[in-house]
Amino acid sequence: MQFESFSAFVDMGGYGFYVWLSFGVSLLALGILAFDAVRQKKVLFNAVEKEQARKIRIKAAKTSATSQVKSSYSETQASPRNEEMKQ
Amino acid sequence: MWKWLHPYAKTQNAYQLCERLLPWFVVSAFISFTLGMVWGLLFAPSDYQQGDSFRIIYIHVPSAILSMGAYSAMAISAFIGLVWQVRTAFMAMIALAPIGAVVTFIALFTGAAWGKPMWGTWWVWDARLTSELILLFLYLGVISLYASFEDKQQAGKAAGVMAIVGVVNLPIIHFSVEWWNTLHQGASITKFDKPSVAPDMLWPLLISILGLALVMAAIFIRRLQNEILRREIHRPWVQALVAEAKGK
Repeated sequence: MQFESFSAFVDMGGYGFYVWLSFGVSLLALGILAFDAVRQKKVLFNAVEKEQARKIRIKAAKTSATSQVKSSYSETQASPRNEEMKQ
Repeated sequence: MWKWLHPYAKTQNAYQLCERLLPWFVVSAFISFTLGMVWGLLFAPSDYQQGDSFRIIYIHVPSAILSMGAYSAMAISAFIGLVWQVRTAFMAMIALAPIGAVVTFIALFTGAAWGKPMWGTWWVWDARLTSELILLFLYLGVISLYASFEDKQQAGKAAGVMAIVGVVNLPIIHFSVEWWNTLHQGASITKFDKPSVAPDMLWPLLISILGLALVMAAIFIRRLQNEILRREIHRPWVQALVAEAKGK
């Protein structure tokens, strides 16, 4: 250990400002870079998930719409024909 | 070797390799970077001329060396992408560029904060400092050229050519302290036959270099994964990956 006290460590022999400015800015820059890399992956995963949910919703809406159309179609069609069939 | 290497040109394999490697790199980066910083700041003896201001060396020299190292890696990726038409290589190139830019900025900034107490000025337009600044602009050029193309395959080619042309700056940076008169001191540790740094100071410096290299590698791995995801977002394997991750 080169320093006798914590204040001597902070002071860096009178060069404290320059030393801590260098280390502070460097660590901050690297930290932002690392944080961004971690965050971006989450953002991308969420985007994919959102897209998948949207596709499922569209598919569900389509199938329910077609089934509704089909059922209404069969109702309107079925009744007179069924009558005919019976006769 | 090529047979072993070739499958990783496929984005899915590259992504999975990244996934396996990342934890190891994060752990080893954390340990070695912390060790280098603590050793340099607390335990290395202070310089007989510069006192404790010389401790900036433990972030300045690693970032300066690795700003050039990252550029070499970026240019090699660009070369592989251009010559063998490997899409993944362009993704590696653009994943590296911002890391290199930040590290170059750190080298310049710590250099300025060291220059002020030792030389009496934050900045001089001398050869070493100016060529390092040009390196920063080359990184920014590659990033913005890549961003300006809608078609990312075209973007990779254009930015790749720029990255390769910029390699000419690397020997200029390295030899600038010999070719021109400069305030900046000459090389100290790349003279491997007889390094002019005392072992007590040299060891923490070498560990700091290793530590920063591993930090950059870990960030690179994550950024490469992100770039692969961004480009392959509609591929079934990405869809399956996300479905599996979100299903948990």
